[in-house]
Amino acid sequence: MRFSGLRVLHEGLTGNRGWTAHWRDPEPKSEYDIVVIGGGGHGLSTAYYLAKEHGLTNVAVLEKGYLGGGNVGRNTTIVRANYFLPGNSEFYSHSLKLWEGLEEDLNYNVMHSQRGLINLFHSDGQRDAFARRGNAMINQGDDAVLLDRNGVREHLPYLDFDNIRFPVFGGLLHPRGGTARHDAVAWGYARGASDRGVDLIQNCEVTGIDIENGKVRGVQTTRGAIRAKKVAIVVAGRSGQVAAMAGMRLPIESHILQAFVTEGLKPVIDHVVSFGMGHFYISQSDKGGLVFGGDLDFYPSYAQRGNLPMAEHVMEAAMTLMPMIGKAKVLRSWGGIMDMTPDGSPIIDRTDTEGLFIDCGWCYGGFKAVPGSGFSFAHLIATGNHHAPAAKYRLDRFRTGVGLMDEEGTGAQHNLH
Amino acid sequence: MCGERDRREFYYGGTALSRPVGTDWSAEWDDYLHLRENPAGRSRELWYHETGCTAWLVVERDTVTHEIHGVRLAAGGRS
Repeated sequence: MRFSGLRVLHEGLTGNRGWTAHWRDPEPKSEYDIVVIGGGGHGLSTAYYLAKEHGLTNVAVLEKGYLGGGNVGRNTTIVRANYFLPGNSEFYSHSLKLWEGLEEDLNYNVMHSQRGLINLFHSDGQRDAFARRGNAMINQGDDAVLLDRNGVREHLPYLDFDNIRFPVFGGLLHPRGGTARHDAVAWGYARGASDRGVDLIQNCEVTGIDIENGKVRGVQTTRGAIRAKKVAIVVAGRSGQVAAMAGMRLPIESHILQAFVTEGLKPVIDHVVSFGMGHFYISQSDKGGLVFGGDLDFYPSYAQRGNLPMAEHVMEAAMTLMPMIGKAKVLRSWGGIMDMTPDGSPIIDRTDTEGLFIDCGWCYGGFKAVPGSGFSFAHLIATGNHHAPAAKYRLDRFRTGVGLMDEEGTGAQHNLH
Repeated sequence: MCGERDRREFYYGGTALSRPVGTDWSAEWDDYLHLRENPAGRSRELWYHETGCTAWLVVERDTVTHEIHGVRLAAGGRS
């Protein structure tokens, strides 16, 4: 089934009875060439690119719940390529280029909206840091515009520019930054992978990883044993538990990150905006809800809910920056499980077990990486070689100390990012 | 000790681990600094009573329910 304007018109006139399921719901086979553990954004895009770029279709994605039910279905949907350090810079640049062709590639409306992203700064020192970051983005071939106070005022007239503690000095505009419809990204990749022959197996929890003589042989699941020549772990916040099945310990702690949505309002915030002096960033969904979030709660948690101190901090920061939103009512809040690495950058690598690969450590920035991560991980699994834009995402960089990517400059240790 | 206090007085200081002996780089140091059990369930953690009595505490806490099962002073103190 392909989407087109004509098809939508036809279905609209005939009672929408011709739409079919977007993907097959197959029984698991007893053996595959490749098993991908985790049916979230990254796992589904990995399966899609294995099939599309490498012609590998004897592939299963095993998901313990339902497709896209984890972080890809519960994030703040921001897509950007404004990283500074080599390693991150080329990766997110590649991922953004994939985003820009994604709807056509998938024949799926992921509502990718390049509405522009503005990171505000509130001091001379922050201005210098953002000017430097903007130059790094331009050198990478992406776009960045340093706005002064009046430049910001043209875009965001509603800010409290003269706040007594945190006046707005300016902002770094990333015009190609924006948002996308998070669920649709998972669904589009799922449909594309399924159409190419990948089996998407839901309600199938992996309970063990079979390893013989240092080589992976398959997995044990709640729906029986499945043999596989290669196994790929893409399970975000649950990386620690799944890696433990292969006898591994990872440089990862799982932390909680909260986000909030208000009731639907008329269009008022046209961009993605982040505050430079507190943990707060915001955009408005096409449905009208203000979608905003802050920082981690800063303690390990698998609860998928946070506590009030961070909620309070985020609301305070929101009121400091844009007092106008004080009358909007918060409709709901939630927490996601973030796989935090010591340096705040991800891992796409092979493991010490032959045929076992891992993609994890996306911290609180996994959504925008969905296309790039899947593309690069599929490349590694299929060819055995690191894909150039993701070549620095090595698992051993913490042990060796070589190639750490500490984007925030706070130190490559746990609990600092 | 201080009794029940507001969450905001405390700072999470990492998983409670034993520090390796010696200063030469080794697999034990890599373990201590980077690798984590990252349990979904009971975990032993260091917490600092930052804006209170400034004691470092070893807290046994459930990472799934956020329930606290035990607190003692980190410096070998009483429970």
